[in-house]
This record gives sequence, structure tokens and C-alpha cells, in this order.
Amino acid sequence: MSHDLIVIGGGIVGAAIASTASEAGLRTTLIESALPATGATGSGMGHLVILDDALLALSVRSLELWRTLPDRPGTEYRNTGTIWIAETEDDLPGLEEQSLHLATHQVASHLLDHRDLHALEPDLAGDLPGGLLVPGDATVYAPKAVAHLLGRARRAGAHLLLGQKVVALTGGGVRLADGEKLTGVVVVATGPSGSELLPELPVMPRKGHLVVTERAPSTITHQLVEAGYLHGVRETRHATVAMNVQPRPGGQLLVGSSRESGIQDRAVSVSVVSRMLMRVFRFLPALRERKAIRIWTGFRPATPDGLPFIGQVPGRTDVWAAFGHEGLGITTALGTAELLVDLLLNRPVRLDPKPFNPARAIEA
Amino acid sequence: MTEHFDVLILGAGPAGLAAAETLAHAGRTVGLVDEQTDPGGQIGRRAIRQRPGRAFRKTLTRLRANDRITYFPSQRVVDCDPHPALVTESDLGYTRLTGASLILAPGARELVLPFPGWTLPGVLGAGGLQALTKSGWPVRGRNVVFAGSGPLLIASAHTLKKEGARIRVIVEQTARREIARFVAKLPAWPSKAIQTLTFTLGLAGIPYYTDAWVTEALGEERLEAVRIVQRGRSSVVSCDFLGTSLGLIPNVEVALRLGCALSHDPHPTVRVDSLQATSQPGIYAAGEITGIGGAELARLEGTIAGHAVAGELSKARALAPRHAHWARFGAEVARHFALRDPLRELAGSQTILCRCEDVTLGEIDAVADTGSIKLLTRLGMGPCQGRICRAALAELRPGYGTVTPSEISRPPLFPARLDTLADQALKEPSS
Ligand SMILES: Cc1cc2nc3c(=O)[nH]c(=O)nc-3n(C[C@H](O)[C@H](O)[C@H](O)COP(=O)(O)OP(=O)(O)OC[C@H]3O[C@@H](n4cnc5c(N)ncnc54)[C@H](O)[C@@H]3O)c2cc1C
Ligand SMILES: Cc1cc2nc3c(=O)[nH]c(=O)nc-3n(C[C@H](O)[C@H](O)[C@H](O)COP(=O)(O)OP(=O)(O)OC[C@H]3O[C@@H](n4cnc5c(N)ncnc54)[C@H](O)[C@@H]3O)c2cc1C
Repeated sequence: MSHDLIVIGGGIVGAAIASTASEAGLRTTLIESALPATGATGSGMGHLVILDDALLALSVRSLELWRTLPDRPGTEYRNTGTIWIAETEDDLPGLEEQSLHLATHQVASHLLDHRDLHALEPDLAGDLPGGLLVPGDATVYAPKAVAHLLGRARRAGAHLLLGQKVVALTGGGVRLADGEKLTGVVVVATGPSGSELLPELPVMPRKGHLVVTERAPSTITHQLVEAGYLHGVRETRHATVAMNVQPRPGGQLLVGSSRESGIQDRAVSVSVVSRMLMRVFRFLPALRERKAIRIWTGFRPATPDGLPFIGQVPGRTDVWAAFGHEGLGITTALGTAELLVDLLLNRPVRLDPKPFNPARAIEA
Repeated sequence: MTEHFDVLILGAGPAGLAAAETLAHAGRTVGLVDEQTDPGGQIGRRAIRQRPGRAFRKTLTRLRANDRITYFPSQRVVDCDPHPALVTESDLGYTRLTGASLILAPGARELVLPFPGWTLPGVLGAGGLQALTKSGWPVRGRNVVFAGSGPLLIASAHTLKKEGARIRVIVEQTARREIARFVAKLPAWPSKAIQTLTFTLGLAGIPYYTDAWVTEALGEERLEAVRIVQRGRSSVVSCDFLGTSLGLIPNVEVALRLGCALSHDPHPTVRVDSLQATSQPGIYAAGEITGIGGAELARLEGTIAGHAVAGELSKARALAPRHAHWARFGAEVARHFALRDPLRELAGSQTILCRCEDVTLGEIDAVADTGSIKLLTRLGMGPCQGRICRAALAELRPGYGTVTPSEISRPPLFPARLDTLADQALKEPSS
């Protein structure tokens, strides 16, 4: 059977592409080897966040798309905002710079002094000197967001093949584990396992731990992230931890975060969790008493330069890539889908696609 | 603080106590952990108003007098690792206990099947209602209905009656002739025959419906009445409390986390050999974690496990015939009081299945791919981590939402304070 577009992978990125493509009129089939949202997407935090890094423009556009997504409540979207928190006075100049830089992208943010910070978030440790509020940031429940996007794709005529693994790209299509062949333009959106089908595009799993707490009354209303978070993202040789706490609608808290490269083992590491929680207690001492109900791990799809591959793969017939979003795949899924489909259909693009061009890995 | 013992035992019920005493007798040091304030497990709970019975006093004295046994009451095991080690938490803080061997004897919990109104305050598990009553909860003069299946129903009703409750009716799903067949076999287990007789006499005058079940709990803010159906005829009985008992399911979570092999029937039990050894070296399991069989069987399994760990294999093997005898009793109870299908069909689409996350049966049936139920509805993602609703789902929708061991064996076992988890790393032996 022939298709306009074959999307491999039912995580947030594949689901967003299937939805955008089928709504643009492409006859789309999405193939997922397990069930939707059981990869990186199901283990993440669902923080829609504008980081001051190379993905800034893609994130800004993506947040616009999240805000205007029809039937958004189905994704449990909540406009919590983010507060970046300085640990010491030394972190304050960095937050000022971040604020100015965000402003050049029309992203509003407000510097908070000691008093403002504690008025907004009274549970924070008393000695923390200030922070930066980014009010436009939000949170979603990623599995529901995927279900929502796949529902839209279905209604626009897309087919879903679940429990079917793509074992090879055939040049003009794909071959499934049971031998069946499908033809059409292919998008590889398989997240951390992207290199299995496209070895020329390197992606490595980057492990993270998350803890979810019991429901309890809490004064925390914003996603709280320490100002030093980005150092941890850029450091790739050692395990890093940073305070990153998200309030959930029922009073639960999602508590993170950690990053470790080069580890395949899913098991929870006691020592990493311990370091992570110590970091969290530094900012939120009251959380010592909170009860955890579950700890789990997930793998972020990390590329060598920290940027995702979005675009056509050189040297192959009609194969496109959309993977490698590291810790920002939920945030940037909608922008990624828009960019990829615009490129595919040769429509004018809203963003510069060059930084994401897969060719950079092949030429290097 | 880390403490080391020759043998760690989780659970001070009949199985754990028997194992502890066997091991102490053989000269081993034992660390015995239980979240209850008193030893004895589910069956050994004493009524708080009563002076402790003789058997109970003897147990406690023996435990205290035995300097090889260190008993840790009021300590919940919130996590474990295959060292083997147990991480416990209490009001005072947390401890890490290690042992050369580990015996798991955490018993079982009640199976709860949802039906319309089951979440109303006043509806409880029969064993839970019994335990609450024993711990001093006032039931004097209150109207109580017991419904479900099997001997536990009678035992619970007996306790509440002694504490002054008005038992309106006991509703047993099993047909009268099936019960008669069971009773006819009882003489093979004289102690059980006597117990049954005592209970029957004690409950004389209380209506005992057979072939009947509660189809609905009625009430606005809390339970006011129940609807009972007996062979097609329906009646409404007003009451303050309903105690339901549909059977027990083993507490396998610790074993699962330690990687012990399980069987499913459909509820998981830990697989053991004739010496109570699990598939993991150095880890044994005894009592109802290996299957529901009653206190006598649990005690025997504890003794066998104790001998096995102490290397007294001939003593362990000599108990095999008695083990078989009591295992048969458990099998007879299971056979004659097996749950009947109509009890699995009471819940409607509006009935809540997962109380922690407020998920209805209708929402679960609406998920197209049954493997996605948990992710999409958050069934079992609340504080009880599916201990109640997963078992119910296995009964109501066999084959649905089967969970992978890796998913269910994530830490912690029970809600644990973040500082307990954070400090574990400091205590883990540097390896
Ligand atoms: C702990 C943690 C916290 C995070 N927090 C956030 C956050 O707060 N905000 C944020 O924006 N991002 C966050 N992320 C990152 C985000 O989760 C990922 O970037 C994103 O989910 C990647 O989505 P994906 O669709 O590319 O990959 P996946 O979700 O992994 O999807 C890929 C899918 O492809 C399928 N597949 C693989 N191979 C094949 C094949 N051969 N055939 C068919 N199907 C196949 C897999 O089964 C899988 O379902 C976090 C990640 C982690 C681990
Ligand atoms: C609610 C209930 C009521 C019952 N009432 C009766 C009755 O009236 N008559 C009767 O004949 N039989 C009754 N039974 C059955 C009877 O209890 C069992 O047959 C017998 O007690 C099994 O012995 P065991 O040692 O395997 O487990 P148990 O007696 O259940 O002992 C297990 C012990 O392990 C402890 N434990 C479990 N998990 C943890 C943890 N994570 N941390 C710390 N401690 C833990 C528990 O507190 C418990 O004390 C009842 C069972 C239940 C569940």
C-alpha cells in the first residue's frame, strides 16, 4: 500500500508530525513498535519551557502553537509559568542577561528580588536572593498530549499501526518486522533509538530520574528551576543534578532532575536520586518531609551538538529525520512538526531550519 | 544507622514469628521487622480494650527474652535491595537493615471488588473493619452487614459482635449445599472444626443468607443501607457499616522488587520450592505471600524456612507431610468459596475503580489499547500504587493492563519520605 507519509515513532514528536501532516492533507500512517507515549515521552516532566539556548526560537514558536492548540484542555495544559531561582548573588547577573535575551524574542519575564520571590513561593529557602519569572511557560501531561494529537491525526484520516516495528528503511519506504512493506516518504521520529534506523545521525540516550510525591497541600504554584540548570545540560561527561520541581493539578509534585550520559541501565540509582534530592532540599527544605510514591528513569535523545535533527537526510531517498530533542522534546514537538511539514511541502518556513539540518552530522 | 543480622525477616505474623524462633533456636541472629505495634500479624491482632491473651503475652515475652532476636515493631519496610537489605521508616526516622539471608513473610491483603456505592464512607473490607474494631474503634450498637465469601466473613462478624455491634445479616455468595460439602470435610482438621463450631454458636440468631450478595451500597454522604439480592429477590437492609470479604491477595511487592519469580492465578504469588526458597539466592518466602492457606500453613512455612536457612534440611523436610495436610485445607477453602461471576459484574461504567485517581470503569473501557490504560487514565498511579485497583481490574477485566515487572517494581515500595530516600546513598556500602 502506498502513503504520502510514513511516520515512525509514536512519541510526542511523531504524534505531532502525524497530526500536522494529516491536517495539511497528507495521507499519513504512523507506526509505533510499542504503544504511544511509552518511550522518552512517557517518562518526562511535560514542562513547556523557554530555555535561553540554541532552541530558543523553536521553543518560542512551539509555545505559541501550544497556546493556540484546539481543545487544549485534553492535554492537561496549565499555564504555571517558570521561576528560575538564584542560589547566590552570583547567579543574579546571569538571570538579568537571560531576561534581556528573552526580551529580544518577545518573551516576557520579570526579575524577582528576595521579597518578590518569597511572596510568590513561600516554601523556598529563606536565604535565596532572587529569581526570574517567565510567566508564559506551561505544563502538560505528555501521554494525554500524545493521545490528543493522535486523535486529531486520526480524525484527519491518518492510520495508526501499533505494535509494529520498522526493521529497515527500503529506499522509498519501510519494512516491518513481519515482512510487510509500506511505500511513501518516511519520517524517522524514534527519539533515543533514532540511530538504529539512521546510523549516520548519532543520538545517545541520556538518562534522567524523576520522583513523584503524594498529594498534599502545597504552596508551590510555579515550575521551579534553579538558575544553574543549564550548566548541567551542557556538561556531558559527568552525572549532573539540578533542582527542578513541578506542581501537578491534584497536589502532587514532580521532582527532578538528573542527567547521565552513556548509561543504558533503566534501574533507579540510589546515589543519583540522593544527590538530586539534596539539591532540591537546598532550595525547598520543606520537601524533606514530603512522601515519594514513585521514582522512575527515562532516556532523553541527545545529539553531540545538543540540537535535534529536523530535515531531509542527505544520501537517502525520501527519508526525513525528526529526533534528538534531548530534554526539550515535549516543548518543541509542535514547532518541530510545523517546520518539518513546511519543509516537506516546500512551503515558506517560519524559522531558520539550518541549525537542525541533518547534513551537519554527515559532513562533519 | 545500619544494622546487620544473620537473617532478616519481614513480617511478624505467624510465618515470620515461626521463622524467627526456629532460627534463634539454631543460634542465628535475627532482625524481625513489622509495621504493626504488636507481633502476631493479621490473625494475632488483639483487641485493645482486652487484656492481652495468654498466647499473645507468651509470644511477646519469648520475643523480648530471646537475645538473638531483635524485634523492630512499628517500622514499615519502604524499600529493599538485593544485598539483601531492608529500608524501614517509622515516626522516629529510618533504618537500613542488612542480613546474609532474608525471609519474606508480609502476608496478604483483602481483595476489593468495586460495586455501585463501594466508595461511600462506612463500606470497608471485613478484615479491615475487624482490625479497626480491635484497635478500639467504637462499634457498640451500630448496625453492621457482612457480605462476601468464606470463613473470614464469619471471623470478622464474630469479633464485631463481641464488641457490641448489631450484626444485621451475613451475606454469603456461596450456595448452601457447597458450604455443606465444605463443612463435611472439616473433621480432617479438628482445630478448624472446633473454631467453626465456636463461631457458629457465637453468631446464633443472626440471619445468614447464602447464594446472595450485596449489589449496591446506598446513601448520600455515607452508607445508609445495602441492597441484597438472593436468588433473584432483592431487599434493602439499613446499616451503618458494611464489611466485605471476597478473599485475600498476597503482598508480593517486596519480592517483585527483589526479582523473585512469581506465579499468577490471576493474582501474583511468590514461587518457592519445598524449602521455601525463592528463585533468588538467599531469599526465602513463607506464609500467605506464597499463596492463601491460613495461619497454620503460614506457621509451618515459617518453620520450614527457618530450618532451611539454618541448614537444618532434614528438620525442614520432616515437616513436608504436615505442610501438605494444611495446604489441602487452604485448597478446600479456595475451591468451595470460589468467587462467582455475578460478583464481577456489579460495577457499572460510572463505578470508580481507582480511588486514588478517581478513575471509573467506563473511562478504562474507553481506552482502545488496554496496554495504555495506566498512562492515559493514571489508574494505579496514586499513593496505593495499584495495590487495590490492579487486583480488582485483574478480576473484572482479565488480561487488561497487564503490567511489566519493571514497572511495578520501581522504588519505593510504600510512600517514603524524601529524606529517607536521599540518605540511603550515605548508608549503602561503598562498593
Ligand atoms: C526525565 C525526563 C524529563 C524530561 N522532562 C521534559 C520536560 O519537562 N519538557 C520537555 O520538553 N521535555 C522533557 N523531556 C524530554 C522529552 O521527554 C523528550 O525529548 C521527548 O519525549 C522525545 O520524544 P520523541 O517522540 O522524540 O521520542 P519517544 O517518546 O522516545 O518516541 C519514540 C517512539 O518511537 C518508537 N520506536 C522506536 N523505534 C521504533 C521502530 N523501529 N519502529 C517503530 N517504532 C519505534 C518507540 O517505541 C517510541 O515510542 C524529559 C525527558 C526525560 C527522560
Ligand atoms: C485483614 C485480614 C484479617 C484476617 N482475619 C483473620 C481471622 O480473623 N481469622 C483467621 O483465621 N484468619 C484471618 N486472616 C488470615 C490470616 O491472617 C492469615 O492466614 C495468616 O495471618 C497468615 O500469616 P502470615 O504470617 O503469612 O501473614 P500475616 O499474619 O498477614 O503477617 C504479615 C505481617 O507482615 C507485616 N508487613 C507486611 N508488609 C510490611 C511492610 N512493608 N513493612 C513492615 N511490615 C509489613 C504486617 O504488618 C503483618 O503483621 C486475616 C487476614 C487479613 C489480611
